[in-house]
Order: sequence, then structure tokens, then C-alpha cells
Amino acid sequence: MSKEKLKFAFYWAASCGGCEIAVLDIDEKILEVLEIADIVFWPVAIDVKYKDVEAMPDKYIDVCFFNGAIRTEEQEHLAKLLRRKSKVLVAFGSCAHEGCIPGLANLHNRKEIFERAYLESESTANPERIFPQTKVEVEEGVLTIPEFYDTVKTLDQTVEVDYYLPGCPPPVDLILKAVEAIAKNELPPKGSVLAPLKSVCDECPKKKESKQISQIYRVYEITPNPEKCLLEQGIICMGPATRGGCGAQCLTVDMPCTGCGGPCPNEPEQGAAMIGALASILGVEQEKEREIDAEKLIDQIRDPVGTFYRYSLPHSILQRKVIRNE
Amino acid sequence: MSRPFKVVTIDPITRLEGHGKISIFLNEAGEVENAYLQVPELRGFEKFCEGRKAEDLPQITSRICGVCPVAHHFAATKALDAAFNVEPPSPAKKLRELMYCGYYIYDHTLHFYYLGGPDFVVGPDAPPTERNIIGVIKKVGLEIAKEVIKHRAYGQKITAIIGGKATHPVCGLPGGISKSLSEEGRQEIEKMAASSVEFAKFSLKLFHDIVLKNKKYLDLILSEAYTMKTYYMGLVDENNNVNFYDGKVRVVTPDGKEFVKFAPQEYLDVIEEHVEPWSYVKFTYLKKIGWKGFTDGPDNGIYRVGPLGRLNAAEGMATPLANEEYKRMYETFGGKPVHSTLAFHWARLIELLYAAERTLELSRDPEITSTDVRNKVGQPGEGVGIVEAARGTLIHHYVLDEEALIKRMNLIVATTNNAAAINLSIRNAAKGLIKGREVSEGLLNMVEMAFRAYDPCFACATHYAFGEMPLKIEIYDSNRKLIKTIKR
Repeated sequence: MSKEKLKFAFYWAASCGGCEIAVLDIDEKILEVLEIADIVFWPVAIDVKYKDVEAMPDKYIDVCFFNGAIRTEEQEHLAKLLRRKSKVLVAFGSCAHEGCIPGLANLHNRKEIFERAYLESESTANPERIFPQTKVEVEEGVLTIPEFYDTVKTLDQTVEVDYYLPGCPPPVDLILKAVEAIAKNELPPKGSVLAPLKSVCDECPKKKESKQISQIYRVYEITPNPEKCLLEQGIICMGPATRGGCGAQCLTVDMPCTGCGGPCPNEPEQGAAMIGALASILGVEQEKEREIDAEKLIDQIRDPVGTFYRYSLPHSILQRKVIRNE
Repeated sequence: MSRPFKVVTIDPITRLEGHGKISIFLNEAGEVENAYLQVPELRGFEKFCEGRKAEDLPQITSRICGVCPVAHHFAATKALDAAFNVEPPSPAKKLRELMYCGYYIYDHTLHFYYLGGPDFVVGPDAPPTERNIIGVIKKVGLEIAKEVIKHRAYGQKITAIIGGKATHPVCGLPGGISKSLSEEGRQEIEKMAASSVEFAKFSLKLFHDIVLKNKKYLDLILSEAYTMKTYYMGLVDENNNVNFYDGKVRVVTPDGKEFVKFAPQEYLDVIEEHVEPWSYVKFTYLKKIGWKGFTDGPDNGIYRVGPLGRLNAAEGMATPLANEEYKRMYETFGGKPVHSTLAFHWARLIELLYAAERTLELSRDPEITSTDVRNKVGQPGEGVGIVEAARGTLIHHYVLDEEALIKRMNLIVATTNNAAAINLSIRNAAKGLIKGREVSEGLLNMVEMAFRAYDPCFACATHYAFGEMPLKIEIYDSNRKLIKTIKR
């Protein structure tokens, strides 16, 4: 008896399209995926309507790969619908996992974002101070656009998530391994991140000498020795606090890890973990008399939120800047 | 109060997630009164980039679009060159351009075979279920399909070799690039480039055989519904040849004369943006001509960018094979500029050939493996970087504070430049099809083709960049009661 094919669904919410490109980047292996699975829902590629999804029995979809963050009511609705219809829901990519770079919008609210884009922008002529409206009467009728919310949320702040595929975008290797684990029915316990337990540091070929640093440099300030650890040369590299699986790709061109893989296992706060790692390399915990120097060093770190929480702000304990109602 | 209009809404079923949405209004006679393209998404990069470290912008802004991250990456890097008052060494500029041409091989292949091409290759009348990449594979055969997959991947590979990662590269630094190219990497790129030149030639032949030799298609391309007389904009080199990575921006009038040629830092003298309350996207126009609403012609400042915009704004291509094909296109249309929206597809393939030829040229450049790839930066200030994204002119403008943090940032993304023109194209296409109340099912195809030619990337959130976009038309009577729904 031939084995019944699996049913996959792909869906995106607020994202950049890079996760879709990551799926295409498995190249001809997509043909192998199609041998083991039917894609029952993929709005970019397949003509299946929402109502068809709604008509599916609960748990009809074996695995739904969901990318993008949640920013509108409709995205929330789809997340809930697909949760109900899927046996397994995978948060695919950094936006669904942790909020990613679009999540930095949580540093502001809608009003600030609108004013910058539609009023203050150097190239914009808007003397009548027009802003986009959700409902507009034009000469011929009424036009509507969805509301733009203040806060970006992750998928698991919206519905229960079974697995996470980290990365911006997820590395092809991790995508293929996840598909293989699904095909062989060898998925780890629910809640797992489908990536190695190693950190980016563990995958990085650069030489570490357990050196302490005396100064922090920004990437354009020095040309680092390409053989040696960037952090030990004073360049902030998120490698120690970031989950691997990417093969330390950014380091292959001598640029530091910026943390898109999310936190390491058992370190849910990536930013806090990195600050801890930095404290030790700066020698903060070692000698009392060096404390002042360490403070001076830490003081050199510009834009800590954009450095330590670039991909994880919505998911972090910080989550967003406080909104004060005026 | 009821209005004497019907409204036809063409909504991607995915509209709820923030995709393009089109509403067409009919008057009592059943003719098209107006059309609106609405972009229901905004992400606020211009605000949340404030306070970020300037050098992080090439990586942060690439997340505006995962389909064209290389364009944002280098627009940002060039803006930083200017803001730090540093000129990269020649090998670094060449490496950036090499990676940039690799990105074009990937992106134009993606568009022609996965998105826009199916309309022609499979046919505008083919059932929607077949007008997609799978239909293309059926029509051209599995062997050729493998070539398509291979060369799209080559483009990505070239970016990954130089940029570290293909999607969201990391190599751009003010004053240069983070790493030089190894001889091994160079050889690999050279091989892929040589193969891509053949692939681009093949793609053009396919276009000639399937499209240009078919009178029905040719008539469609030349039809009034797809013709619009606008200004055109694109980057050119010192010989007024098309350049994707560097140069000055040239604008030509609807009758092909040079209107202005400007350096990146002068963009605010030339371009202005208009806000409408019904869309999150802004509409750009030529400041000196002004915003006169959604009309074409020389008296309105609407211009077009992207493959056809670039070819119209230039005087030729800098590589031999692409330049031959460039001349052929203008001979076929009987002169410059070409106003046919569907000619975007032809222009895109000419650019694919140019990108492949230029990649090959650069991979054989004696300087390309030089280790002189970084210059020291100056004091932080203000800078503008302009590149040609696959979809059109892309502008990043940064003001840095004394600690080199972003104080202010302004962006004009490729599709914004085309937003007004896309609106117009949709209206023209709808007018060509909707007559006397009857809304043909073919409207879906026609309207889709009108905006797909631009390869639109709304708010650079190209979620339907490949495959078929599910659409829905809703028809309301003059009391705005739903009387008919066309779906697929």
C-alpha cells in the first residue's frame, strides 16, 4: 500500500517576501518535496481561497509553515484559522518567530510613523496635512484600507506554535532538514526550535583566544584580521548569543553576526544573554578596580536596542515602547 | 444617498493581509469613470531607522524587501559613502556592481518565467490555473525549466559569494566592501556568467518566437489600452547607457528629449511626492511639471521607471549583444520612447542579457580580485544613494548625527515611482474592456497584465512575486448592492 501524501500549507503575514524566496532557494529539491507532500494552501502559487480553508475539517493540514509577524486583525484571524486547521504549526522565519526588523516599529506608535512618512518626509508636499484613512469618500464612492496598528506581534503571541524555524530567512539547510524530519515522522518535542543546539560561535571558523577587549569598534572603523574572532577584536558580534544552523554565513565575508537566528537554547532573552557575554569579555565581573573602564567600554555601545534586540524586540521582555495616551 | 456609479473591486483574496487592491468605478452608462489602486500596507522604516547606527542601515533596510534586498543594501551603502564623504576604491565599486548584476540575473529571471512571462508564454487567454510557472514548464519542457531554476539560482549564488548571504546580504560598508573576492570565487562567477549569457539569449529567442511572431500578441502590446505617454527615468553612465549601480539619473520627456539629468544629491530638486488619503503609498511626480492628478501626457509630472523606463531614459546598452537587441526593440516600435506598457517585458529581457554580459565582463576584470576594497571614512554628515532596483529608481537619503546615528531618513522606493502610472494603466486597461455595463471575465487577465508588467512591489512587500495571484471582482449596482462576483 502506498503511503498517503502529506498535506502542507504555506502562509505569510507581515513580512518582506524573503521567506518565500528561501523556499524557492531549495531549487530543484522542491520537486522532491512535491513527491512526499501536496501543497493544499499557498496563496502566492495556488488558487485556493480562504473559504476553501474554512471548509477544511479541523486538523486537515498536516503542517502549516507560517511566516511574517502579526500586525492586523486579519492576520490574526488567519493565524487562528490555520492553527485550527493544522496538526502542526511552524513559525517560519524570524518575523513569525520573534518579530524581526519590522518589529523595531514597536519603538514608535502609528502617529509618529505617519507623521514621518506623510508630513516630515523631505520629498513630500502635503500642505493640507492629508493622512491615509481607513475609509475615504471619493467622488465615485467609498474606498477602504485596513487599519495600521501600533504594535507588531509574533505568531506565538497570537496562537499556540508547535515549532520554530529561525533565521532571516531560514537557511535552506534547516528548511530541508525540517521537511525530512516531518517526512520521517521524527519531529522533536513540541515547542522545539528546528535548528542545531549550537551557537553561531560554534560554527564560526575564526580563531578565539579568550582575549579581553579594551575598546569597542564599529564595523567601518577597523579592518579586522579575517582569521580571528571579531568580538575579540572589539567588533560587536552576536555569535555567542545566537543560535546556529546558518553556518556562520555572515562571518564568511568578515562581517559580524547580527542575531537573526534568535536566542540559544535555554537562553530565552537573546539581548540579555549577549549583554552577559559582553560583560565577561569586557572583564566586568573580574576586577573591581576595572569597573570604571568597563563602564566606559559599555558606554561606547551605540543604539543598544538596535544592536541587541534587532530581531527580537516584540518577543523580548521589552516588547515595545510604552504608549502614553494623550 | 445613492450615487450613479457601480463599483468593481478587484481584490486579491489576500487583500486582508495587506496586498494591492483595485477598485474600478463605473458611471450610469456603464463606462469606466475612475480606477484606484490601493496599497494597504505601511511598515514605518523611515521612522524606526532613526537612532540606529548608520552602518547598520544596509542590513536593516534590505528587510524592506526580501525579493530585492541587494537593491536596498547598496542604495544604503552608497548613501553611507556620501554621508561619510568617502569614495570606495575602484575594485570595491566593481565588486558591488558585479554582485548587483548577479542580483539582476536572479530577479529578472524570476519575473519573466515565474510572474509576468506566463501571460505570454502560456498565453493571455489560457485558463488561470495554467498561467503560472507550472504552465510555463509544460509549454517549454522540463529540460528548459531546469535551466530556469538553475540560472535563477546562479544569480543568488553570485550574491552569496560576494555578499555572504543571498537574501539579506551583509558585505556593504561605507567606503567599500567587507571582503575581497578570491580567485576561486571569481572563477565560479565567471562560469555562471558565461552560462547566463547563453540563457539570456535563449530567453530572448523564446520571447521572439512565442510573442513577437504572434500577431495577436503584438496587436495586444500595441493596443491603446496598454499605451501611455509619460516621462521616463533611469540611471545612466557617462555615455548615457543604462547602468544599474551607478551614474546620474536621466529623465526624458514623452517625446524622448532629455528633460533633466541629475546627481543623487539633487533628487529633491526634481522629485516630489503627493499623498492621497485612500492609499498608504505616496505618488511621485516631477516637481517642475507638478502634480495634475492621474492623467498622462507632457503637462503632468507622472513618470515611469523600471526596465522600460530605464531603456527609454537612456541612449543604449553598454554591452554589445544587449545593445543590438535594444536597437531591435526601438526599430520594431518605430522609434523612441516606447509607450507600450507591455514592452516592459521585452525591456526586462534585454536587461537580463546586459546583466549577464556585464557580470562576465566584470568577472574577467583584472582588478576584480584586488584586496584594495576599503577606504577610510570621513566625518559623518548627510548623503543620498541611488541605484536602479529591478523595478526602478531607488533612493535612500540619510542625515547622520555626530555619533553616526541616523537622525533622519527619507526613502523613495522603486514602485512608488510607478504608483501613479500603474493607477493609470489599470484605468486604461479597464476602459478598453468594460463597455456598456457588461464586465467581461477577461477583465481579470487584462487588468492583471496591466499592472504585472511593472512587476510591482507594493511598499516593497512583494508577496505575490511568483505564481498566480488569486483575484476577485465584485460588481455593485448604483445602490452599491452586490450583484455579481467573479472569482478565480
